[in-house]
Amino acid sequence: MKKDPHLGLSDIEWQLLNSFQHDFPLVPEPYKEIGKQLGISEEEVLQRLQHLHECGMVSRVGVVLRNGTLGVSTLAAVEVPPEDLERVAQIVNSFSEVNHNYEREHALNLWFVVTARSQQRLMDILGQIESKSGSEVLMMPMENNFHINLGFPIH
Amino acid sequence: MSMQIVSDKESDLIEAIQSGFPLTARPFHDIGKLIGQSESEVIATLKNLQERGVIKRMGVIVRHRELGFKANAMVVWNVPDELVAEKGKLIGDMDFVNLCYLRARVLPRWPYNLYCMIHGRQRDEVLNNIVKLESYCGMEDIAKEILFSQRRFKQQGAHYFSPKSNQPQTMK
Repeated sequence: MKKDPHLGLSDIEWQLLNSFQHDFPLVPEPYKEIGKQLGISEEEVLQRLQHLHECGMVSRVGVVLRNGTLGVSTLAAVEVPPEDLERVAQIVNSFSEVNHNYEREHALNLWFVVTARSQQRLMDILGQIESKSGSEVLMMPMENNFHINLGFPIH
Repeated sequence: MSMQIVSDKESDLIEAIQSGFPLTARPFHDIGKLIGQSESEVIATLKNLQERGVIKRMGVIVRHRELGFKANAMVVWNVPDELVAEKGKLIGDMDFVNLCYLRARVLPRWPYNLYCMIHGRQRDEVLNNIVKLESYCGMEDIAKEILFSQRRFKQQGAHYFSPKSNQPQTMK
């Protein structure tokens, strides 16, 4: 494990980020348990995680679900003229069912993931994005459960 | 497409933790209080969901960009259907691949079906890793495209349903 010196993280913070991405302790006082493993107090674990969350390095302490557990989701892409990208990105963002939305280097330059309660709602959202943006939305739903989530080992 | 693979009780719990566990001394107790379940019930349900593979991973979920991994490529290949399972398994051996998906093609515009996310500190590092991956997995001759990310407009955990007013205030 190599620590990036530019981030200004302590060894403890680095370990919190790196060593607890899997197997969060399922015990009544999990942060105390993590503290034990790191040789620090529960309070310090909570403070550090709070800090890492506030500075954006930690998205959350929580779960990643198997795709399709609740609702229906798809990856989608649109080709937007560069000068119109900001506007279309905001249209896409306006749906709370959109959880990722990135500009990518390609003719298809806006890529987002929509997860909705039902197939009908999913299609409704994509239809609205298409009509408000004026661009065709391509839909790339996941097939079966072919999904490997390996966490984010930091080397 | 949507299958009922979780019970109502499990679904209540999943909704309550969709934006993360509270950063409190007894997070499972606090979540349980919001949805009328005991601490031990919450823990048992989470364990069970993990064992069934509904929960794929539980713990600290990081944001790669903020950790200095600013080069993020989505790599897509057009892998013949009969080779997909084999290639996907091999890709799983690569420690720099964070996610790997099989997705529907959108013909004729988009012939690609296998997707990988590869993050690195520098673009060169990511490109080198893609070369390594293709050589290890025998994918040098398969058509592909590399799409580096530019602006991030949104990144959040999946919110399957509109937030309810009684959602736990996670992360304070």
